[in-house]
Amino acid sequence: MRKRIPTEWYFLLWGVLLFLGVFLANQFLNRYLLYILVLMGIYSIATVSLNLTNGYAGLFSLGHAAFMAIGAYTSTLLTFPLSLREAYELPMLPTFLGGPDAVWPFFPALCMGGLLASLAALLIGAPVLRLRGHYLSVASLGFVVIITTFAKTMKSITRGPMGISAIPSYTNIYWTYLWLFITVYVVWRLVNSRFGRAIMALREDETAAQVLGIYPMKYKLFSFVVGAFFAGVAGGLYAHFTKAIRPFEFSFFLTFQIVVMLILGGMGTIGGPIVGAVSLLALRYALKPLEEHFKIYGLIEIIYAVLLIVVMLFKPEGLVGRRKDTRRVLLGGKSHG
Amino acid sequence: MFSWSYFLQQSMNGVILGCIYALLALGMTVVYGILRLINFAHGALITIGAFFVYFIFFRAGINLAASLFLVLGFGGLMGLLLDAVAYRKLRGGPEVALLITSLGFYTFVENFMKMVVSPQPYAFKTPASLAVMYRTPLLTFRSIDIFIIVSSLLIMLAFNLFVKRTRMGIAMRATAENLEVARFMGIEVNRVISLAFVLGSAIAAFTGFLWGAKYGQISYDMGFLTGVKAFVAVVVGGVGSIPGAMVGGFVLGLAEILSTAFLPTRFAEYRDGIVFGILILVLLLRPAGLMGVKEEVRV
Repeated sequence: MRKRIPTEWYFLLWGVLLFLGVFLANQFLNRYLLYILVLMGIYSIATVSLNLTNGYAGLFSLGHAAFMAIGAYTSTLLTFPLSLREAYELPMLPTFLGGPDAVWPFFPALCMGGLLASLAALLIGAPVLRLRGHYLSVASLGFVVIITTFAKTMKSITRGPMGISAIPSYTNIYWTYLWLFITVYVVWRLVNSRFGRAIMALREDETAAQVLGIYPMKYKLFSFVVGAFFAGVAGGLYAHFTKAIRPFEFSFFLTFQIVVMLILGGMGTIGGPIVGAVSLLALRYALKPLEEHFKIYGLIEIIYAVLLIVVMLFKPEGLVGRRKDTRRVLLGGKSHG
Repeated sequence: MFSWSYFLQQSMNGVILGCIYALLALGMTVVYGILRLINFAHGALITIGAFFVYFIFFRAGINLAASLFLVLGFGGLMGLLLDAVAYRKLRGGPEVALLITSLGFYTFVENFMKMVVSPQPYAFKTPASLAVMYRTPLLTFRSIDIFIIVSSLLIMLAFNLFVKRTRMGIAMRATAENLEVARFMGIEVNRVISLAFVLGSAIAAFTGFLWGAKYGQISYDMGFLTGVKAFVAVVVGGVGSIPGAMVGGFVLGLAEILSTAFLPTRFAEYRDGIVFGILILVLLLRPAGLMGVKEEVRV
């Protein structure tokens, strides 16, 4: 029996509740807590989108930091105020993006960042996703290195290692949670569709899925590209939230954090990534005073790493996920997909 | 300007970097062949090995030869520990679980080193016996360069002999070929896997010393890119193939050094980008690698 999919109305109700919650939070919480809440929202978007590839499709991408960087730099460049462009030695926009005196509004700039991230995902994914095995992990990690290298060296666009500051502060709690809502909705719709069943079938057994007429490349690439889009948006939101971006912020460690959030929450679930993102950020800000007081920098990263290993060893389905009663492969050892 | 002497000099640098990649790739390809695991923790062993030698040789004053044997032993021990603590329980589960755990282990070591040692890089002086300069009309080199090349070749030769000639080596190849069947044939698969980790990790720790002695600097995050590049070498050479790993290492080392040496200087900053560009090119044009055979799919 197939589970009945909740109706759109059900989702709308959630949306209204979320909006109410955000409104109340915005009224009553202090600025520090609001700051953390927005950050939780942005990381949730990134984690939910990573879940599409890493959770549902069973590919293991490590490229999220790169896609976020693309989104962040794109939307920054598109929205950067004209009056500051000269002082910051940033180029005017070329004609096809609106000409030298154009400044993009926030929403289209974010979408553009997402689209460029998708395009990048298409370029990386097309050669790599044809192959079996974990080539995607290495290639996408390599892509992170390539993108940070470009961000450091293309000084005329990115100002190199010193990064761009004075980015207009557009991101607020409403924008963030609106995008989170859109992301969750899109992922949920995709997963509960023909497409979603196809990628999950590929995850469980690629050969069997192929026999049923599912062409792996198409579905894998699509999930990778959609995931990259929302990563790009999350990057854009992040840039307009912290108001300064530097290349090293988008390093492997950013990807790692998102991966830990996903694993902790539970791969392949709708709520898991959000639970993971929220609880790990809560932990991070709870431990921050401790870390600063004792000057033990790196403590939080160590805790993240230990948590990751412990979860993998003892509760691989995460906080939210249910344990699958998959047959263990006979005698243990590798399965051949 | 092109000159033969410059070309030779840079080629030698490329070969040396290639030796380092090849040694690392050796351990990674064996583990990947058996477990389909991209062992990110391999990079951590480079850092551990480098700092281990730094502390026992420079600080505690143990002599060089003894230090080198100790670092091999220590690396092997860490490999054994890593396998027993982090990986053994996950065998037979989804392959990706091992990958995730290895990422966790790498990050743990990196940040542990950052906290305990220092976020600043350490200067690693080349031991005096390895810092002797030799000048010839065409080449200038130090004894460390010779040491790296000779010791790498010896290790690779020994590893090859081990895999080809000994019972354990044959068991290892059989396990890589097909784990389940190997087990039916009475091979103790767990011991084979542990041994693969021990050997790979010992070599990686030793490579950490070579890196420090050659490039003069070690830091808490030195293993990350080096480790990932070593896996790129594995892919370039052909995944799962031992000769492929060595060839891949040399190709990658030469490509990295020569591209930096002969492209205009403003491209020098793109060095890491070039390595991963090569990876994507190889995946696009020849996914089985230079020496690999196409991975067959068994249902």
